[in-house]
Amino acid sequence: MTPETGWLLERWETMTLIRHAEERIAEMVDSGEVRCPCHLYIGQEAVAAGVCAALTTADTVWGGHRSHGHYLAKGGSLAGLFGEVLLKVTGCAGGRGGSMHLAAPEVGIPGTVPIVAGTVSLAVGAAFAYKLRGEDTVAVAFFGDGALEEGQIHESLNLAALYRLPMVFVCENNLYASHLHWSERRVADNLYRVGEFHSVPGEQVDGNDVVAVHAAARTAVERARGGEGPTFIECRTFRWRGHVGASFDLDVGVERRGELAEWLPRDPLQRLADQLIERGVEDLAQQERNIDARIGGAIETARAAPEPVREIEEALCAR
Amino acid sequence: MRTLTYAQAIREAHAQMLELDQRVFVIGQGLWSPWYAGASLEGLDREFGCARVVDTPVSENAVTGMAVGAALAGLRPIVFHPRMDFMLLAMDPIVNQAATWTYLFGGQMPLVIRGVINRGGEQGAQHSQALHAMFMHVPGLKVVMPSTPCDAKGLLMAAMADPGPVLYIDDRWLYAEKGEVAAEPYTVAMGEAVVRRSGRDVTLIGISWMASECVRAGEILEREGIDAEVIDLRTLKTWDKVTVAASVSRTGRAVVADGGWRTAGASAEIAAEISERVFDQLLAPVARVTLPDTPAPASRGEEQTYYPGAEQIAMAARSLLKRGTRMKRAAA
Repeated sequence: MTPETGWLLERWETMTLIRHAEERIAEMVDSGEVRCPCHLYIGQEAVAAGVCAALTTADTVWGGHRSHGHYLAKGGSLAGLFGEVLLKVTGCAGGRGGSMHLAAPEVGIPGTVPIVAGTVSLAVGAAFAYKLRGEDTVAVAFFGDGALEEGQIHESLNLAALYRLPMVFVCENNLYASHLHWSERRVADNLYRVGEFHSVPGEQVDGNDVVAVHAAARTAVERARGGEGPTFIECRTFRWRGHVGASFDLDVGVERRGELAEWLPRDPLQRLADQLIERGVEDLAQQERNIDARIGGAIETARAAPEPVREIEEALCAR
Repeated sequence: MRTLTYAQAIREAHAQMLELDQRVFVIGQGLWSPWYAGASLEGLDREFGCARVVDTPVSENAVTGMAVGAALAGLRPIVFHPRMDFMLLAMDPIVNQAATWTYLFGGQMPLVIRGVINRGGEQGAQHSQALHAMFMHVPGLKVVMPSTPCDAKGLLMAAMADPGPVLYIDDRWLYAEKGEVAAEPYTVAMGEAVVRRSGRDVTLIGISWMASECVRAGEILEREGIDAEVIDLRTLKTWDKVTVAASVSRTGRAVVADGGWRTAGASAEIAAEISERVFDQLLAPVARVTLPDTPAPASRGEEQTYYPGAEQIAMAARSLLKRGTRMKRAAA
């Protein structure tokens, strides 16, 4: 099914918002203004945009260290994001977490954390709660290919299948875990089959094609809401920047291989923009300026905000 | 008032919470088998259904993570680990996730993590560990360790009512202990120690099983004319420093008895705090009765020497009294 132009334009807006916000964060990392570790999502935007478009506000997404994209795609505020990466009280975690700790419970983002696979079992528990209460809410766990090396994922797949929970496992396979290529961590390139042993159906999609990602996510979410249990989706993609920080050519101190040149032409955002232009949409540049203005405003708000006060934190964390 | 065993009191707390609050559920291993939980969960599955009393696959890590996620989604989980040794497989959801979550993101974590100390019986080094000090170390976790049936019920209900997360650690060696337990639901305030016995000569501070051994040690010492005060901490984090300091400042002597290891154990923390708070009132150094710093043995004979009890506590108190007398005389 070919999506309508209006739907595509909304995804383009989401992906442009993620891309441009992160490009500004990259500049602020390079300039030293942002000091907390930032794991940029640039190149993977179609995954967050495609999956979150299949969700309601009440549905929850659970993320990891590279979750700026999940946060914005699910409806987290720009002011909260920039406040958090600058560690200000206006940050979405009150300036107590930084880039790796984003949350917006009011739009279904309970929290993101950097322990690899750390939130996957939490998503299983949330799905358990939705089912026990008879709600039709769905929990989505986002994680990278490295998370498949953690035992918790395998336990979680089994539990989600056993209890037929309303859940979707979204694996963003960007080929690298930190600086190690998948072939240095695994024999076979077959992550989408991980659920077979636990009776969780799996599918592999082009993670740089927002329409393909969304189609897979919608099917999985419908299965989850229909009481048919969890689904595993492997989205093949590539991050343009290093594991952490703004660099294109370094990955945790290791020189990157040559794949970026292959992946830049598969830019998920440009692919979507090309489709829109083909369909006669003309004002993308103006909309980009509007998005940039929103981002600029959020940055200024965050810069002007105060930093957390230590006494308050100590009171919160009672001895 | 009725008399219940410690295990029956735990079961009653579960049953009343399941009855009173639809958000409460119990999850973990061995819930449908009396073999793992003794009488402490008996029949709850039949009474409240297997959807709310969930016996799980052998997945401590993800099951504990599920409990964390369910708490964030508005339920009130009690996640059960029938042996603390296996709970180590769940350190990430407990220490990284549950303990930091509300600091980072606000809100509440109404979660009870129940771990059972299940030692003795020649079970050996990996079925016997008392690991409460590890969790006491972590900001964001509360730790309660009841020693009586009354507290076993009241502290479990308090733990569940708390914004959490709370580790509730009970001890299989206490399961058959009997005591008066009110039939209606009630809570025992977390963070409050209780003086089990008043005395002037020495303060014996214990927790969980060792609190009950301190009571027995107090009886032994009484026969020798030594008047011991016995404090049951009940809550290990945050423990009641005020009650302990007030007692030790009167008696001038303290024995800290803990069923965990010595190095960096709960007893070390308590002894350090006593020294900081009431150093000038001390008549002798703070003494500790703990496990030796070795893994648990398996054979019955070795178990008997490995686990200290009332006799060792009494012996430590006697030596403090001798020493304290000398110090007093020297000062005079």
